[in-house]
Amino acid sequence: MTAAISADGIRKRYGDVQAVDGVSLTVETGEFYGILGPNGAGKTTTLEILEGIREPDEGRVELLGLSPWPRNTKLLPRIGVQFQASAFFNKLTARETIRTFASFYGVGPKRADAMLERVGLTDSASVHTDKMSGGQAQRLSIACALAHDPELVFLDEPTTGLDPQARRNLWDLLRDINSEGRTVVLTTHYLDEAEVLCDRVSVMDHGKVLKTGSPTALVREIDDTVRVSVESGQLTAARARELFGTAGAEIANLEDNGASLSVSTRAPAPVLSVLAEQNALRGLEVRGATLEDVFLQLTGREYRA
Amino acid sequence: MSTNSATAQQAPTGKAPAEQERVSAFAGLSRVMLLGFLRDRGTLFFTLILPLLFLLLFGSLYKTSSSPQVKVAQVGAVQLLDHAQGEQQAELDKILKITKYQEQDQDTALTKVRKGELDGLVTSGPDGQVVLRFSVSDQVKAGSVQAILNSVVQSANQQASGKAPAFTLAASQVEDNSLKPIQYIAPGLMGYAIAMGAVYGASFTLVNWRKKRVLRRLRLTPVSPVAIVGARVGVSVAVALAQTGLFLAVASMPYFGLKLTGNWWLIVPLVVCATIAFMSIGLVTGAVAKTEEAANGLNQIIILPMSFLGGAFIPLDFAPGWLQTVSHALPLRYLITSAKSVLSMGGGVMDVLPSMGGLLVFAVVMTAIASRFFNWDDA
Repeated sequence: MTAAISADGIRKRYGDVQAVDGVSLTVETGEFYGILGPNGAGKTTTLEILEGIREPDEGRVELLGLSPWPRNTKLLPRIGVQFQASAFFNKLTARETIRTFASFYGVGPKRADAMLERVGLTDSASVHTDKMSGGQAQRLSIACALAHDPELVFLDEPTTGLDPQARRNLWDLLRDINSEGRTVVLTTHYLDEAEVLCDRVSVMDHGKVLKTGSPTALVREIDDTVRVSVESGQLTAARARELFGTAGAEIANLEDNGASLSVSTRAPAPVLSVLAEQNALRGLEVRGATLEDVFLQLTGREYRA
Repeated sequence: MSTNSATAQQAPTGKAPAEQERVSAFAGLSRVMLLGFLRDRGTLFFTLILPLLFLLLFGSLYKTSSSPQVKVAQVGAVQLLDHAQGEQQAELDKILKITKYQEQDQDTALTKVRKGELDGLVTSGPDGQVVLRFSVSDQVKAGSVQAILNSVVQSANQQASGKAPAFTLAASQVEDNSLKPIQYIAPGLMGYAIAMGAVYGASFTLVNWRKKRVLRRLRLTPVSPVAIVGARVGVSVAVALAQTGLFLAVASMPYFGLKLTGNWWLIVPLVVCATIAFMSIGLVTGAVAKTEEAANGLNQIIILPMSFLGGAFIPLDFAPGWLQTVSHALPLRYLITSAKSVLSMGGGVMDVLPSMGGLLVFAVVMTAIASRFFNWDDA
């Protein structure tokens, strides 16, 4: 079976900016694949090259065994695309919008309406698209991408700007789409999203893929400490340091910021037992490494606007 | 998580499931564009309501001003006018509208003449004299009122002499009697309305679809460019023909009195070609402008001068020679002059064919220019 997507050494330059600098990736059929990266990492350009809206300066792309560039009308009915910002026609309601998109694929209004119901927009079917909330617009945009039952779906930051309820609601929808056997490629800068949804992720920065793997494998790979924290005021920092030393717990970092006393360690067991002995477990939190730690380790901590 | 459950369910086919209902992208796009037009109150107003209001206004205005009646006040008894009878009376009524005043109201009547509300004041002087007082504020009317009364006096004198007149003047207008201002006004304003609709239709679709990324989105659907262009042309032509129908219906009402003659149906292919030519202007402004506001400005800068110079508001016959030369470069001129010719002046196929050809050539040139400026997106 051919891979759903195979890209090899794609590059794209805009003036002085090397937006994509030699990206290679393979997405298996049925996989939920995430492309992670900070703003300006080259995620959207990579996605646009994969979709076939942009021609790469170099490199080769195949979707479902076909080349997406130049525009390939044999391939287009098999893929579904959702843009970062929704692309709707002027002055149409939600129902009219999805029926129009469906008509481009010869899909009738019944199936279009069913898709509207699927994303939970039946009640808002008569709302004009410019009056919809962010979550509604994203769901409509996804419904438009799915109206023709594509095998391969591209989603560009589908949950950006949504409130937590709308995000979780959308995650359920995306999981369903994938579990029906569709290959889904998604870009995001939310790491929890990638961790929850993706089978595999590629972390991108400066136009390059830095690392690819399943979220759990990536997290396990980084040699990080466990962070234990309790409420402040139960134990002074100095006393804690002394007790941990006596108990033989190796401490990477210890600090009290006034709200909580946090300890970073590779050996959480003796730390926890000392805290238990001191009856200082109020507000206890133990946190292992997450994809965020992987991400920050790979892309650095400095802020980039 | 996904690959396992996928086997349990039916895999997507990438094809739409077999359905009884069949829909086409062309129909879908046409519907979108038509709804976009009908739901945009601004566009509706400027392409339909405003030109129709102009038609009602100009139509009524020129209708009354074309009346040759001269309004005079008659103060007291004036034998000459009072004793006109029968045919003579009817002739007088055609050209003179007489309002009678009592002698003590003479000052009121004079004030009205000064203000231009009346064209003249007639009283009797001594010895059968007829005294005419008039204002020269409107020189044409001043001339008419003198000439008319003079001729009334002359013919009365001549009648009084009891002899048949030695000389008579037989005057008639060179234009056909049925030629009315509405025959100039209706095609002009109709052309203006069609130009507005077609230019805006093309340019706003292009700007809005690019700005809202719909153009890019369409590239990722299997819709063919032919369907997109075809739907846009189809909708614009339909709108233009609706405008044509509406204008001709209003202008043909008895009140305005436009009479369609001969090969007036030639207006249909003519309007189709003109719409395509106007749309090509919209393609250029839509390709150049980044926002609807900018496109609106560009469109107005083109349409308004084109309407004035192309004879939409003022008949070109009154324009100076250089202006008539300029008008040959404007597609609106060809629509208006050919429409005038076929609608009511008995023009035939050979009168519109060259115009139609010119309009299509214009469209090809402008479309080529537009394609040089065209961008799929703002990025």
